[in-house]
Amino acid sequence: MTTTLSGAVAVENFSFWYGPKQALFDISLDLAPHAVTALIGPSGCGKSTFLRSINRMHDLLPGARSTGRILLDGENVLDRSVDVVNLRQRVGMVFQRSNPFPKSIYDNVAWGPRLNRSPSRSELDDLVEQALRRAALWDEVKDRLRQSAIGLSGGQQQRLCIARALANEPEVLLLDEPCSALDPIATQRIEELLWELKKDLTIVIVTHNLQQAGRVSDRTAFFYLGKLIEHGATDQLFTAPREERTEAYITGRFG
Amino acid sequence: MPSTSLHGASLGDRIYRFTTTAFAASVPLLLVLLGVEVMIAAWPALKAFHFSFLTSSRWDAVEGVFGAAPAIYGTIISSVLALVIATPLAVGVAIFLSEFAPPWLRQPVAFLVDLLAAIPSVVYGLWGIFVLVPLLREQVMPFITDRLHLGNTPLFSGPAYGPSMLAAGLILAIMVLPYISSVTREVLMAVPRSQREAALALGATRWEMIRGAVLPYASSGILGGVILGLGRALGETMAVTMVIGNRHEISSSLFAPGYTMASLIANEFSEATNDMHLSALMAVGAVLLALTLAVNMLARWLVWRVARQGR
Repeated sequence: MTTTLSGAVAVENFSFWYGPKQALFDISLDLAPHAVTALIGPSGCGKSTFLRSINRMHDLLPGARSTGRILLDGENVLDRSVDVVNLRQRVGMVFQRSNPFPKSIYDNVAWGPRLNRSPSRSELDDLVEQALRRAALWDEVKDRLRQSAIGLSGGQQQRLCIARALANEPEVLLLDEPCSALDPIATQRIEELLWELKKDLTIVIVTHNLQQAGRVSDRTAFFYLGKLIEHGATDQLFTAPREERTEAYITGRFG
Repeated sequence: MPSTSLHGASLGDRIYRFTTTAFAASVPLLLVLLGVEVMIAAWPALKAFHFSFLTSSRWDAVEGVFGAAPAIYGTIISSVLALVIATPLAVGVAIFLSEFAPPWLRQPVAFLVDLLAAIPSVVYGLWGIFVLVPLLREQVMPFITDRLHLGNTPLFSGPAYGPSMLAAGLILAIMVLPYISSVTREVLMAVPRSQREAALALGATRWEMIRGAVLPYASSGILGGVILGLGRALGETMAVTMVIGNRHEISSSLFAPGYTMASLIANEFSEATNDMHLSALMAVGAVLLALTLAVNMLARWLVWRVARQGR
């Protein structure tokens, strides 16, 4: 696939092993730029493993290995010569449980930009404000940027983690069940946020919640036992699945 | 019959509860008793000398005038010196073991470091007398004065005898290192994986992750470990007594001999003939006890705070 938009991810024949145990089998999937792709499937189906392969979070895991290619704008991110530090700045990640640093709200968002550049005071202020605005958190925290992030509510903490990832100005944002610990209202805010963010980002979200996948995503990929069973436009996959296992899963017959 | 067996069971429970409660209570009770006893015995001296007991340098058993300032000063300086030397080393060891060392190396090295804590104090003292002190006198001290030309600075002035505050600080550093290191290792390993992942996912290198996320998260626990080490250093007696030189005088120079509260007590209790002398030694003991208790409580509190934060 060729595209002029940046942030296109193309996965080709990707397999992954934890030691002797194979977790992913020959996955080929294009993640469209400027769209939300949902990864669904029952627990242990490999969707999180797949997500974490895109920014190489498995690197430090002893015994992890993979074959195949994951191309980000045409460049294989699995290549040994790729600088993971650089990669992870281009591919941001938000985790299942919000994990702000026990620092101020400001310092949390500024953490990424401070790493590799040394922005001036005013540049940094701008970056932090912009990231918080994009994460729809600015209005709630602008008067207490110096207070500890630990004092925020669960939903605010998760949006802070999104802002922290956005401050690096990534092209791709990976979210690993970002709403599983949140109440419906906080969940709704994050879903609305994704709708906004996809205008300039490639978003990949792992979710257990099929309604959520239906609401937020443009495309959906269904994983089962480490294999990619079916993928396609979300509407099509939910209303007219091609595979029997997909239909069984989305109608709640297993999972 | 059924009623008696039920009754018997509850009686057994009560005896069991009473016994364990008594055991549990005996330890704090012992501590309180010890404190009270020391205070009673120390009272005459504290009453006679008031604050000059803490501030005066005159310790004259013949005249019956006692001021413990040099011993208090020496205790604090030797312990602080030990921490200054031991903390970077211990934290470095802990970071290596918890973050960088390959798994097969972790256990053996951690075990060896912990083993430092098992060496008897008197053996450290012997090593100090026969290895460390001569080394200081013949190599290190001349190097500092002659080659680095620091002989005129207050910290390194005076003749190089060997037995000195510096020797005491060095030997204490080795002795407290395992305590600081093992507490630090524990708190580093208690830093949640989610914090590490957050840092890595933002494009941090391994070192940036440790410096920017792991160490700040663990910092108050590490401080707790350091203060735990301080508690150990303050009370250490044997090894310090053997290398510090035992001179009852305050000197700014680390090359000069000094004294600590613990070694003062150890050296003099057998020769304390009159009541006031004995009471003065008890008062030194009371000051030392209060200091170490306060330091240990502070350390526990700091470590507890990190553990709570981690949840």
